[in-house]
Amino acid sequence: MIRTLGEGPPLCYDPGMPIIEVCNLAKHYRVYQKRAGKLASLSGLFRREYKQVRAVRDVSFQIERGEMVAFLGPNGAGKTTTLKLLSGLIYPTSGKATVLGFVPWQRDNAYRKRFSLVMGQKNQLWWDLPAQESFVLHREIYAIDHAQFQRRLDELTDLLEVRSLVRQPVRELSLGERMRMELIAALLHSPEVLFLDEPTIGLDVVSQRKVQGFLRHYQVEQQMTVILTSHYMKDVEALCRRAVIINEGEIKHDGPLAEIIDRFSSVKQIQLQFAGSEIPADIERFGRVVERIPPRVKLEVPRQEIPKVLAALLDQYTIEDVGVQERPLEEVIAELFVRKGSVAPDQGDS
Amino acid sequence: MSPALRIKWCILRTSIAERLAYRGDFAFATLVRFLPIVTQVFLWGAIYKATGPSDTTVINSYTYGDMVAYSLLVMVGRAFSSMPGLTTGIARDIRDGTIKKFLIQPIDMLDYLFWHRVAHKLVYYVIAFVPFALVFWLCRHYFRSWPDNVTLIGWGLSLVLAFMIGFLIESLMGLVAFWFLEVSSLVFVYMLASYFLSGHMLPLDWLPSPACDIIRLLPFKYLAFVPAAVLLNKYDHQQLLVELCLGFGWVIVLYLLNRLALARGLRRYSAYGG
Repeated sequence: MIRTLGEGPPLCYDPGMPIIEVCNLAKHYRVYQKRAGKLASLSGLFRREYKQVRAVRDVSFQIERGEMVAFLGPNGAGKTTTLKLLSGLIYPTSGKATVLGFVPWQRDNAYRKRFSLVMGQKNQLWWDLPAQESFVLHREIYAIDHAQFQRRLDELTDLLEVRSLVRQPVRELSLGERMRMELIAALLHSPEVLFLDEPTIGLDVVSQRKVQGFLRHYQVEQQMTVILTSHYMKDVEALCRRAVIINEGEIKHDGPLAEIIDRFSSVKQIQLQFAGSEIPADIERFGRVVERIPPRVKLEVPRQEIPKVLAALLDQYTIEDVGVQERPLEEVIAELFVRKGSVAPDQGDS
Repeated sequence: MSPALRIKWCILRTSIAERLAYRGDFAFATLVRFLPIVTQVFLWGAIYKATGPSDTTVINSYTYGDMVAYSLLVMVGRAFSSMPGLTTGIARDIRDGTIKKFLIQPIDMLDYLFWHRVAHKLVYYVIAFVPFALVFWLCRHYFRSWPDNVTLIGWGLSLVLAFMIGFLIESLMGLVAFWFLEVSSLVFVYMLASYFLSGHMLPLDWLPSPACDIIRLLPFKYLAFVPAAVLLNKYDHQQLLVELCLGFGWVIVLYLLNRLALARGLRRYSAYGG
């Protein structure tokens, strides 16, 4: 039996339905506004000013089983708040949501056994003990069969290359090693839904790649449904096909990641390497120069003018190497965030 | 073992391991806690001497020996009822978002904190047993007689009550952080008040009426006075039963208040800031 979205007892989940359904979800906070100065501090004892922050505004989306979706947006856009709502950490101001048929903020144990939340800036392992001790506690909390636990632990520690570190106190691990341990703790009970909030924040490139590679492999193998928030576009490009762009608490775009560049970038980049050691002085008449390292140059040119510009360049100069590429996703997204409010709402076009 | 018991056992085991991670600091802190009792013994000695010959002077029905025995037993009671770091720890978890681990995992936060604290206390008793035994042996002549079995059982139960009431009061104060975030002033006020209201500073039966009658209606007396008074035979068996039942009633009331504060607090919790 399938129940409609909203409050009430846990729903039975129909495998044909989306795993995550969110409908007009909103979360507003009241935040204290303190003025500078001693007098203001004194007056704050008697009368305080508050500001209403609309962290999430009428957000709606659906996610199918096995999807890996990126939540993109600048700091304070509402990404993490949405994840907190979906993992039941906080109650919404209004709106409805179900994950696996459960209303998250009812915090049903049956739901809590089926999802995980990993926050790159928060620790859930016991700081002074080896990670192994936290894993054993997880085994009991999630009632994982001992043989299955050992199998999964061996598999995960091998995949993340930390098998030799599980007996070392967590406080003595590097940030990258710690994050990999956090991932293991989050995955030991085989969650069907995984919320990842900045899982690679602060990690070096090697650790980032290890985590990315692991997540890609593991998600495909387990058919886990994953929502990922990250400021590292490399994470997003490596892992997700679908992206939800959220800004000022509202969804601005929901669709294939590849579509973002098509939709929001009207230019492409041409990379040229000239014969000799110089770049022609009049190169700027072909397009905007974004990088100049003689004899190489990178030009930004409107998409529709690419063939014409390329033909003219090849006709007029001796060029040793040429390449045309899309603008990096990072740049497009960053520009999108800067053009605050200029992105037309475009929900549910995936 | 049932799954629920296995979780409690595992929390207990892991917490013990955690507590023993900093062995040196912990052992030192445990031993240093005996210092106040030494000063208290000397202080009461000076007070009784100033009042008259210290071995015959009686103040409010307590001889100097009774007073030393009372102070030692209060120390034992406080070893059960004091919960260093519990309130501030809960408040910190709420403030910095660490509380999320209790909310996303299928565990009960209060249950988890309770067993965590039991583990801390067990380690403390193991380390402190020898110095405790030594101090009591040295001061054995201050105790009038060996209590009967009913009193001994009542004393054991009163210590359990001291632990539970101490835990529930301090966890309740920690949960206040859902509303006020910072609770250090509250902890300071509580420490001052409980030092007096629990009978840590003075035996509560020294206080004049009606202050004594009012204070005896509060749960704080179970933190120190009641366990000490039980072993000093201040209660007959019937009074002991009444005190224990009342204490158990306080456990239920405080437990319900904790549950209410947690449920209301979580509704209010905003987990802001990353």
